[in-house]
Amino acid sequence: MTDELSSFPGGLILDGQKKRSTQTEIRKTPLSKKLTLPLQQHIGTPSAPIVKVGDKVLKGQKIARADGHLSVYLHAPSSGTVIAIDDQAIPHPSGLSGLCITIETDGKDTWIERQPIEDFTTLTEHEVRQLLREAGIVGLGGAGFPSFIKLNPGVHHAVETLIINGVECEPYITCDDMIMRERANGILDGIQIMKYALRVKRCVIVIEDNKPEAISIMKQALEERKECHHLKETQVVVIPTRYPTGSEKQLIQVVTGKQVPGNGIPIEIGIVCHNVGTTYAIGRAIKYGEPLISRIVTVTGTDVKHAGNFETLFGTPMHELLAFCDTHREQGEPFILGGPMMGYNLSGDHLPVTKTANCILVGVDNAAPDSTPLPCIRCGECATACPVSLLPQQLYWFSRAKDLEKTREYNLFDCIECGCCSYVCPSKIPLVHYFRFAKTETMNQEQEHQKADIARQRHENRLTRHELEKREKEERQRQRKAALAATKAAKEKEALSQTDNQEN
Amino acid sequence: MFTAIIAITLMALFFGLLLGFASIRFKVEGDPIVDQIDKLLPQTQCGQCSFPGCRPYAEAMAAGEADINRCPPGGESTIQALADLLEVEAKPLDDECGVEKPKTLAVIVEDRCIGCTLCIQACPVDAILGAAKQMHTVIADECTGCELCVPPCPVDCIDMVETKLNPNTWRWPDPAHVDLKLGGQS
Repeated sequence: MTDELSSFPGGLILDGQKKRSTQTEIRKTPLSKKLTLPLQQHIGTPSAPIVKVGDKVLKGQKIARADGHLSVYLHAPSSGTVIAIDDQAIPHPSGLSGLCITIETDGKDTWIERQPIEDFTTLTEHEVRQLLREAGIVGLGGAGFPSFIKLNPGVHHAVETLIINGVECEPYITCDDMIMRERANGILDGIQIMKYALRVKRCVIVIEDNKPEAISIMKQALEERKECHHLKETQVVVIPTRYPTGSEKQLIQVVTGKQVPGNGIPIEIGIVCHNVGTTYAIGRAIKYGEPLISRIVTVTGTDVKHAGNFETLFGTPMHELLAFCDTHREQGEPFILGGPMMGYNLSGDHLPVTKTANCILVGVDNAAPDSTPLPCIRCGECATACPVSLLPQQLYWFSRAKDLEKTREYNLFDCIECGCCSYVCPSKIPLVHYFRFAKTETMNQEQEHQKADIARQRHENRLTRHELEKREKEERQRQRKAALAATKAAKEKEALSQTDNQEN
Repeated sequence: MFTAIIAITLMALFFGLLLGFASIRFKVEGDPIVDQIDKLLPQTQCGQCSFPGCRPYAEAMAAGEADINRCPPGGESTIQALADLLEVEAKPLDDECGVEKPKTLAVIVEDRCIGCTLCIQACPVDAILGAAKQMHTVIADECTGCELCVPPCPVDCIDMVETKLNPNTWRWPDPAHVDLKLGGQS
């Protein structure tokens, strides 16, 4: 199936800049005194706290439960005491704060009793998913979508291929590269469990050709365990380096030649995609009973002296991690969370590392000098570079004019915000920013319309209810009057008959 | 001559009947233009436009009896949308009706509430819950921020608080007006 690779339109060949952070092995970030855990570190409903201020917690203990279906559990990354449950600064482009649980660590790092499962085939597929949900596993590639949902094939779809995404196409980021180099067996553990849960036969581990070490290590690990029943029909596929191949839909197009429908999801065409980091976490969660409490974070950039990859507990303040890497940075100076293409600027100092924080970038090589955008010259470069075949130039005009309906007609919501258009724009127009603006604006308007519809309905219901009440009241009054009149008439009649009797 | 007159008369009669039948058979309930206008209004039912609710205001606008700039909660964007729909010139908000304010939400200070039910009767969207001599509370999701519950309260226990922006309702700022280096914070 994967002998012949396909391709997608547009895309860019970028300078990877990955050497700086792959010189040393993955190191552990020292335990922080205070861990701040946002209740929303995934896509969906925020988790609901199940601890109180003052509670003692152990490493790996559940501190918040999944609230609703699209939600996961959250765990204490180390042992200590819950000292606050309140609004704290969170790593979000808005710079707003969100509800967090803060734990003061005791330095002992005592684990709660774990329940490793040696043979996952003793579990049903449903139990596997439930365990992963309780282990708080979400997509570690950057989006943070709860993984247990993506491991449920449902009744309508048969999954043909599981794609393990080790592409890591964005420059500077190397956390997936390093995890493949150092923890290949752990990734294979995860693959077995995922294949079992999805009841899928075929699995491909896709890696870009700029990671030769990861490719050979993964191939070797797979060769050593090829007799294993759940690793049959699993292979490593090497693809050419091109940005943004790591994006789910583009990757599927390259590997299988199939296109995921615009507003559809991969499972509709029989494919499920998971990131290598997530795969590793799934293996740990089942085999060792370890919930998701840490991740590998790449810290790199021209201002970082000891760049590298760091296994960091969630909630660790980013400035501590940056200080640990000997970063040259003024307090409050902005840095990038994520890569140079899709990441966003953050400027707070006490922001915690979360489940989706894959890379902290301080100082970019050959950073473009700040310049005010020039007018669009309609050169069409953006349309050539767009991997989704959109028309960024048209979308830009409509977003600028706030013609949201038109942006929708031109499929704005298919935009993956990869940043290729902004990158190639000779006028340096921040195109992606315009698209993000138009997207959130559209969603907000939709919400407002929905709210207005509900308000209208409630108001109308109220009016009809009042009308009904009024009519009922009138009806009652009428009846009472009638009854009164009847009794009066009866009395009069009686009185009349009495006088008649007397007269007689 | 006579045949022509008879023919025309018969045809007129036939088409007249056809039109008469169509107007009864395919009668459109309500006034579609009123619905369209009503859709653009924010449905706060606050009455600041001096009409008793959004729909009466929409009806007045459709009849040409009211101006399009009388809705403070809708603000500039609603006026613009109404101008586009009705093909008239947009104009600034009539300050007689009020000023455009950030969105608010009614919150009952529970210590002070005496359970008089006056606010419940005032709420146009049934967003206040409670019973006589029981504490009342506002269903935050349903409150439109119309402020109609504030004046009837005898103990002044209803506060209008600005709705707080959270990361899920936050919108990327308009790039035309911000400094992008600040990480989108405006």
